[in-house]
Formats: sequence, C-alpha cells, structure tokens
Amino acid sequence: MSRAGLLSIGDLGREGIVEVLRLADSFAEVSARAIPKVPALRGKTVATVFFEASTRTRLSFEAAAKRLSADTMSFAVTTSSVTKGESLRDTVETVDALGVDVMVVRHASSGAAAQVARWVDACVVNAGDGQHEHPTQALLDCFTLREALAARAGSTPVDDLDGVRIAIVGDVGHSRVARSCVLAFGALGARVTLVGPATLMPPTTQGWGVEVRHDLDEVLPEIDVCYLLRLQSERLREALLPSLGEYSERFGLTRDRARRLDPDLLVMHPGPMIRGLEIASEVADSARSLVTRQVRNGVAVRMAVLFRLLAGGLPPVPGGMDPGALATAQPEPETGGAQHG
Amino acid sequence: MVNQVRVAARSRGGAFVPRATVMDADDVRRALVRIAHEILERNHGSGSLVVVGLQTGGVPLAEHLVTLLADIDGSDVPLGVLDVAFYRDDIGIRPVLAEEVTRIPVDLSERVVVLVDDVLFTGRTVRAALDALADHGRARSVQLAVMVDRGHRELPIRPDYVGKNLPTRRDEVVEVGASGVRLGEVVALPGPGGAR
Repeated sequence: MSRAGLLSIGDLGREGIVEVLRLADSFAEVSARAIPKVPALRGKTVATVFFEASTRTRLSFEAAAKRLSADTMSFAVTTSSVTKGESLRDTVETVDALGVDVMVVRHASSGAAAQVARWVDACVVNAGDGQHEHPTQALLDCFTLREALAARAGSTPVDDLDGVRIAIVGDVGHSRVARSCVLAFGALGARVTLVGPATLMPPTTQGWGVEVRHDLDEVLPEIDVCYLLRLQSERLREALLPSLGEYSERFGLTRDRARRLDPDLLVMHPGPMIRGLEIASEVADSARSLVTRQVRNGVAVRMAVLFRLLAGGLPPVPGGMDPGALATAQPEPETGGAQHG
Repeated sequence: MVNQVRVAARSRGGAFVPRATVMDADDVRRALVRIAHEILERNHGSGSLVVVGLQTGGVPLAEHLVTLLADIDGSDVPLGVLDVAFYRDDIGIRPVLAEEVTRIPVDLSERVVVLVDDVLFTGRTVRAALDALADHGRARSVQLAVMVDRGHRELPIRPDYVGKNLPTRRDEVVEVGASGVRLGEVVALPGPGGAR
C-alpha cells in the first residue's frame, strides 16, 4: 500500500479542500513573482505517468513540480515499452523503482489510480481515471470560482461556496470531472444541478445531493455558474445522441443562447473545448468565461497538492487520522513549526 | 501570536501552561519604542527602510513598529508580511504548511530590510527568511529585530535589536501575546492525541 495520495475528492473532505485552497493562495503569490520558484521540494521527484492523451493537466503538473524545485520525469504511453506489451503493473513498478516520490497517473480505466497506489511506494495523484474522478481539476475549479466571486464582491476569497448555484451541463455520465466537481462543490456548500440528455446522465445520482434537469433554458436563469463539459466522443460507444447538431442546439451555450444570459452568469469549462459544439467562441472568449483563469490557477493548485502531500505531512492513517498523535511522534517539535526559531 | 502557541501546544499534543509573566503589555510597548529609536539612529532616518513581519508572531509586532516609526519622524515605511514555509529546512521531516500569503509591497533591491519576529530561538526560521527575501530583490542590508532572544541558536545568526534577552530551557515555551510575554510549558492533555 502506498503512502498518502490523492485519488478522490473524498480523500480530502471539506477541511482538506479548504487547506489546499488556502495553500494555493500562497502559491498563486509565488507564481506572480518575477522568478516564480521556491526551493520547497528540492531533491524530490515527481513522475507524470499518462496512459491517455493530455495537454493542460500534464504540463500543469510538470510546471507545478518545477516551480517547487522538484525533479520531473515523464512517461507517455506512445513512446514507452507499453507498445511492446508491458503490463500496467510492470510499467508503474519500473517507474517506482527509479525512485520517485509522487506518481501522477492518468488512465482510461476507472479505479486505475487506486490500483497503482496498491502497487507502488510513491504517493499517487489521480490525474483522471476513466469515468471515475479527476480531483485536481475540481480543486482548481473551486479555487477559480472562489477567486472570481471574491473579485466581484471586492473582498478576499472566502472558503465556502455557500448557496452558489452551479449547473454542470452536458455529458455528465462519461465525465470524471463532473464526479469530482459534484463532490467538491457540494462539500463547500454549493447547490449543484446536473443538466443534459437522459442518455448522458449517470445510471443513478442517488446520494450525490444534486438535482437533475433536462432543459437548459429553464435552468439558466436560476444559476450563478454554468459549468460546461466536453462531449466525450472517445467514450460514446453507442448511439446516445440523435445528432451533434441537435445536442448543440439543446445543451450548448450557443451564440443565440448567450444573448439571453444574465450578464453576471459565469461560464467554466475544464477543457479541451470543442468550439461550436458545447460552447460558442463568443462565449468562450467573453468576459464571463473563466476558462483561461482555470488553466492558470491549475499550476498553483497542483503546487498546493504536491506540497501538501510531501511537506504537509499528515498521511491518512487507516482507521482515522490523528494529527496530534503524529505530532507527538516527532522529536523536539519546538525547533520546528512549533516555536519558530 | 496566540495562534503560534496554539500550534506549539497542538504539535506537542498538549496545552500551554504559563509559569511566569516576563514582560507585561507596557514593557512590550516600551521595548518596541526603544527598538524604533534604535532603528532610526542606526540607519540615519527611515529613508530606505522596509519592515517585514515574519508569519505569524512577527506580524503584529511589525505593524506596531511601523506606526511607532511614523509617530517618531512622520515617515511612511512600507510593511511586508513573509511566510517562510516554502524555504524551511525541515520540509518532509515534520508537517509544514503556510499560514498566510506572503506580501512584499516593494522591490527590496537597495532597500534596508528590518525583519521582525517575536521569538528568536534556533535561528532556522530567520535562515529561511533570508532565502525568501532574496527572491524579492537584493536588499542593501537585512537587520533583525526580535522581542525575545531565548538562546539555543543552531545557526550563526544574531539579532540587531532585542526587546529582552531571556535565558530558557530548550523544552520551555515563550508566548508573546497582546498581554505581554509569558514563559511556560506545554503539558500533555488527557485523551486521544494528548498522551506523550
């Protein structure tokens, strides 16, 4: 069994999410400096092990590791021995044997990151496993939203998203982003509505604490944030939609629909965007769109996740976490954070 | 400052029990007034000064110091806040988290920086602070002001301005708060996480 990791938003709970967001505030300050680098994780190694395509997640994790002064290794399936038939287990155990502290894993199968965590000694961060979860995306979305709401209110960011009404629109059923976002937004007190065709909804949303609706035009006037999902054509195995044109007409933020929107409505998208399908260019590039902020904040939030894993040092103990017990195990705590020298 | 004692108490799984009041609130204020005069004397005024409080205990003292400097010579000395978490040398050895966002309002190049902290102990926080400051410009000089120097240095670091030199045992805890400076111990609390 591996050390602490981040496999699901559920690993963090409300307190853990808030801790990551506050830490990300500090790393956003670091990122804004002329030299955006701190020595925090010198000597540590972060490996990105991606069995699926990625642009922003992978680059963002590598930028985060480098700004923390960690070394990075990167593995892409197309240039690896996986093409010669090496198994997942042998592949990740090989990477582990090279001596890495954090393994950032993406895989097309749900549960893959958790399985890898059972095989390796490194901390495992789930960067997307099939249709299950993508926790760092949800964290950077929470960070971006809290920043945007604070900027609008002219205040400093608060921890909660209490009462903020968010609609997650589109291919919820295939979306790992949606699952992580429902958990994270919900933990911070937001009211989440899922909107999309019945064929693209999860088989059940029991216990999710969300409302499910099928008419976007009805929902739009009732919400503060419209979170659009990409139509996952690579995971659409059957004819779940009559046509892409009809999908866009009913569930896309089209130019026509954009004209009727409340001027204060915020639009988010985890990327990659398919312009003209789920989102019109006019909307994606408008002032209400947080898409670029989401990408920029991704680095600070991932710095926070990596730093918290390797330096925050409160690994989950089976059967419940007890920070007090952990701290008393440290010799001479007064020379450290306890009584600052 | 109270927060710092809370952290100290938590990290040892116990509660702070004060044994003696070393300085009362007036003593702390008088020491700060003296330090403000010493800073102005040594630097021939406040021209290129920047005051930077170390997170968390140094911040209220730094705020107070800036108002005192303004009272004495009408200056408007910039105030910064520095969290050294990402520069500590014990990352990975014990839990380290940032307490507050660093705010350095000006480029420190060619400025005289007065670092302010409540208690000087091992010197490791100040070592980290010197590295952190270097990322905000090449200061002309860095000076260190502390309310209490309690000894037990582990690095070759000394303060320029001291409120009070206080001999202590390693296992004692010094609390600098709104009511003054107290010396005491952290004792174990009964119950989970409290046993030592």
